[in-house]
Amino acid sequence: MSDKIIRIENLSKSFGEKKVLNSVSIDVIEGENLIVFGRSGTGKSVLLKSIVRLLTPDKGKIFFKGKNIFEMKEKELLKTRKQIGFLFQSGALYDSMSVRENLSFPLRKLTNMKKDEINDKIVETLRLVSLEEAIDKMPAELSGGMRKRIGLARTIITEPSVILYDEPTTGLDPITAKEISQLILNLQRKLKTTSVVVTHDLICAEIIADRVIFLKKGEIYMEGKLEEIKESNDSFIKNFFSNKILIESGVNDA
Amino acid sequence: MKVPQLLYGQNLSNQQKLFNFFATIGGIFVFIIDYFKYVFIPPFEIEETKKHMADFGIKTLPIVSTMGIIVGFVMALQSYVVLEPLGATDFIPGSLGISILREFAPILTALLFAGRVSSGIGAELGSMRVTEQIDAMEVSGIDPFKFLVVPRVTASTFILPLLTVYVVVISLFGGFIATFLQEQMNVIYFFNSMISYITMGDIFQGMIKTFFFGFAVGIVGSYKGYTTEGGTVGVGISTTSSVVIASLLIIFIDMIMVKLGMM
Repeated sequence: MSDKIIRIENLSKSFGEKKVLNSVSIDVIEGENLIVFGRSGTGKSVLLKSIVRLLTPDKGKIFFKGKNIFEMKEKELLKTRKQIGFLFQSGALYDSMSVRENLSFPLRKLTNMKKDEINDKIVETLRLVSLEEAIDKMPAELSGGMRKRIGLARTIITEPSVILYDEPTTGLDPITAKEISQLILNLQRKLKTTSVVVTHDLICAEIIADRVIFLKKGEIYMEGKLEEIKESNDSFIKNFFSNKILIESGVNDA
Repeated sequence: MKVPQLLYGQNLSNQQKLFNFFATIGGIFVFIIDYFKYVFIPPFEIEETKKHMADFGIKTLPIVSTMGIIVGFVMALQSYVVLEPLGATDFIPGSLGISILREFAPILTALLFAGRVSSGIGAELGSMRVTEQIDAMEVSGIDPFKFLVVPRVTASTFILPLLTVYVVVISLFGGFIATFLQEQMNVIYFFNSMISYITMGDIFQGMIKTFFFGFAVGIVGSYKGYTTEGGTVGVGISTTSSVVIASLLIIFIDMIMVKLGMM
């Protein structure tokens, strides 16, 4: 049986009256690309942020390599976080630092690498995302797609075993979105990481997904291979993929 | 330690406002405790601290220079108005030196410093919070409190006393110019006369509180910025409220320190 690198058990989270996650249980298998699909506000990002304990759920447990994230002491949590990369929707680049400094920052803080080794690693990582020329630019000088690539470079530079992607293609044009998705897949194959990708972009899922989980109203609605889900006769799923009707309960957030 | 969560909304009730008042005090205390918990643990982020010290100092230098020279000048003129009819203009250097050293230079420099630095820290950390840069630091395994808050508070604590010394010198120079214009007082006489009145106690009382003022500015700016919520509107609120809270805190600390100094 494959190893479960992350195990989520009965996770529930509410914000005020609104229940965004309702007893969600997910196993993430080592080496797989898991796509978490769902409409806006279904708790996808909350799920991702709970895995790295940026948010604390009301109920439930999350195990990383068998250890409960929420029972970890500060030191152990920092150690665990070093093994998990997180690509934020905005890229979350440090505005006051150049691209070089953004990439060198985690290496300076988390490793004992020498200056030359850090420089070599930065160039090598920027080559992986095809942005060597941006090395001395400031984040404000980068386009949306470039920011995502640099964010991705900063995420992979510390060689995490799991990478969590929060809407990696949102806000990008279809061609750039496709390029970023392909890049994520290539990096996953090259670095042999496990990926959890939260998205509502079908193209992204088609390129990356080994397995798909569909969230609806904070609960798992459907789970399986993308092809199986796409062939489902369920009207909600059909509507989602056909992109014809995204109206539910009189609300359209497409 | 966990910082108490503030309540947000357009129409908060008086009870909720009172809750926010105490939650803010609680939050500042949590930040003070956390600061002392982290400041003695390596790595000490000396480079970051030096960078912020230079930044805070340079940012504040033009405004405190202007303020210093004008305050010294005006105070000397005002003293002249009071002392001249009594034929006691010889006391101008002494009274000027003591009042600038003990009170005016520390408090006015600190208030201007709060306006420049506390708002700057609040805005910078607030923007970092709402654009998920602090979260990004946290999930990469780097403690953002240690990297972002501790160096800023340390820098603020130690740069303000240096700025105050500078303001004392420049204010006295302003005072001398005014006295010279009114009385044609000799520069050596002016400073000799002043030094004969000033005691070590005046210097100690004036300077020791500036460390507390600097610490308050750093802590309040960091607390408001670091705990920002509510997007760009939240950043605006953090920026302005950090100046207001830091200024009030400076006046409050001053009152306590003066009272303690008289005991």
